[in-house]
Amino acid sequence: MTIGRRFIPYWLLLPGAVWLILFFVVPMYFMGELALRSGTFETGFTFDWQFSNFPDSLEGNEEQIIRSFWYAGVATILALLIAYPLAYAIALQSGRWKLLLLFAVIAPFFTTYLIRTIAWKTILADSSPVVDILQALALIPDDGRVLATSGAVIAGLTYNFLPFMILPIYASIERLDLRLVEAAKDLYASSRQAFLRVTLPMTAPGIVAGVLLTFIPAYGDYVNAAILGGTNQAMIGNRIQSLYLFQRDYPEAAALSFLMMALILVVVLVYIRAAGTEAFMGEDEER
Amino acid sequence: MAWLRRNGLRIYAGFAVLYMLVPIIVIAVFSFGETPRDRLNFSLGGGFTLEYWENAFAIEELNDALRTSLELAALSTVASTAIGTLMALALVRYQFVGRRASNLLIVLPMATPEIVIGASLLSMFIIYTIALGFTTLLIAHIMFSISFVVVVVRSRLIGFDRSLEEAARDLGATPFQTFRYVTLPLILPGVIAAALLAFALSIDDFVISNFNSGTTVTFPLYVFGVALRGIPVQVNVLATMLFVVTVAAILLVIWQQRRAERMAAVAPEPEPQPQVA
Repeated sequence: MTIGRRFIPYWLLLPGAVWLILFFVVPMYFMGELALRSGTFETGFTFDWQFSNFPDSLEGNEEQIIRSFWYAGVATILALLIAYPLAYAIALQSGRWKLLLLFAVIAPFFTTYLIRTIAWKTILADSSPVVDILQALALIPDDGRVLATSGAVIAGLTYNFLPFMILPIYASIERLDLRLVEAAKDLYASSRQAFLRVTLPMTAPGIVAGVLLTFIPAYGDYVNAAILGGTNQAMIGNRIQSLYLFQRDYPEAAALSFLMMALILVVVLVYIRAAGTEAFMGEDEER
Repeated sequence: MAWLRRNGLRIYAGFAVLYMLVPIIVIAVFSFGETPRDRLNFSLGGGFTLEYWENAFAIEELNDALRTSLELAALSTVASTAIGTLMALALVRYQFVGRRASNLLIVLPMATPEIVIGASLLSMFIIYTIALGFTTLLIAHIMFSISFVVVVVRSRLIGFDRSLEEAARDLGATPFQTFRYVTLPLILPGVIAAALLAFALSIDDFVISNFNSGTTVTFPLYVFGVALRGIPVQVNVLATMLFVVTVAAILLVIWQQRRAERMAAVAPEPEPQPQVA
C-alpha cells in the first residue's frame, strides 16, 4: 500500500465522476450555449449571446407553462392523498402481507411506462365501463368523455408517479418511533390529535421528499399529455420535444429547457440545503 | 362500525394496490386477443386466443426494436453497475475532500426531469454534430443508471460488518483477495439488485431515448411510433413476458438473499466464508 491510501477513494470515484461530468454537467453547459445562439436550421446556428431567446422562448408558451404547473400540482396533491394512507397501512397494519404489498406498489415499474399509459387509454376510452360509471354518477355529462381532457392527463400523471410518492412516505413511517404516539395517547391526546401533532410532523420529511420526487418528473412529462390528452392539453414538455425534434428550432428549445432546469434546480438546492441529500439517496448522508 | 374503523385502512390499502395493478392486468388480458376499438370489455374482440402468444415474434420491426433494447440494456447494465459500485465503495468507506460534491453530482441526475437530461445531451451532440444512434443511446443510458446503482449498492454497504474484512487481512489475505473473497460476496445481493434496476430503467426508458436515438428504434420508441394507430397485440404479449421475467428474476434474488441470511444465522459466530452467495 505504498501508493498512498489517500488516493484510493478518488480512483474509485474516477470513472463514474468523469462519466457524470462529461455526459450530465457538460451537456447542461452546452444547452445554455445553444440557447444563446441565433440562426435557423437551414443556415446553421451561430453563437452571439442572443439573450432574447429566453424571453422569446416563454412567449407563446405561457399557456403550456401554467398548465404544466397546474397539472403537476394537482397530480402531486392527488398522489399524496392516495399515498399517505396506503403507506401508513403498509408500514403499520399489513403484518405478513407487507412484502407482497410493497412488491405490488413497485410492480408497475416492471412494465414499460409507455405501455402502461396506453393501457390507461384503453381503460378511459369513450363508453368504457369507467366512463359509464362516471356518467351514471353525474361526475361528467352524459355525452362527456374522459380521454382528451385535463382529467385524463392528470389521472395519468397521478398514476405514473404514485410509487415515487409512496416509497419515501413509507420509509418515513417505517422509521417512526411508535412509542412517541403511545406517549401522546397516554397524555390524553385523541387519536386525531396524536396523528396531527406527532405522526404527521414526524413523517414530514417523507412527505416533502415524495412531493419533490412526484412533482419534478410530472412537471417535465410529455408522454401522458401526448397519449391521454388532446390538442388542448399540451404541456411544456410537449413544446420542448416538438421544438427539438420536429421544428428544429434548437436555440428556443434549449432556452426553454434551460429555464425549466433552472427552476427545478433552485427548488432542489433549497431542499438539499434544508434536508441534505437524504431524500434522494435514502439513509443518512454523514455517518 | 367498530369493525369498519379497525379494518377501514386495510380495505382501502387493498383497493389502492388493486388500482396500482389495473394497467398491468389490462395489458396481460389484452395479450390474449384484440383490444376492442370503441368499447372496453373483457370479452376480447374476436374472443380468447393464444394466437398472439404463438406468433409473439411475428412482427419484424418489433423484434428488431426489442433486440436493440436488450443489447442496449445489457451493455448499459454491465457498465453502470461496475462504475456505480466503485463509486458507492468510495462514498461509504472513505472520508475525503470532495465527498459532499460527489454526493451532489450523484443526486442531481436523479432530481432532474428526464426531458432536461435528454435535451441537454442532444444539445451537446448537435453542437459537436455527433451522429445519433446506438452509441449516443448507450452513453445516455449508462449516465442515468449510475446514480441509481450507487444508491442501491450504498444502502447495502452501510450495514456492512467491517470486522470480517479485518479478519481476512489478519489471516494474511491481500487487499485484492479480501475484496474478491469477502467484500464482493457479501455485497453481491446489493450489486445484483442494482443491476436489475439498471436493466429495468434502460429497457423502460422512453424520454431520454426519444431525444438521442436518431433513427435507432428501441422497444419503447417502437411502441410510441405505433401508439396512434393502435398497438399490435404482440406488444402486450412481449410486455407481459418482460413483466413475468423481471418479477421472476427479482423473486429469485430475494429468495437467494433470504437463504444466504438463514445460512448465516445458523452459524453462531459468522465466519468469513469465501463465496457465500
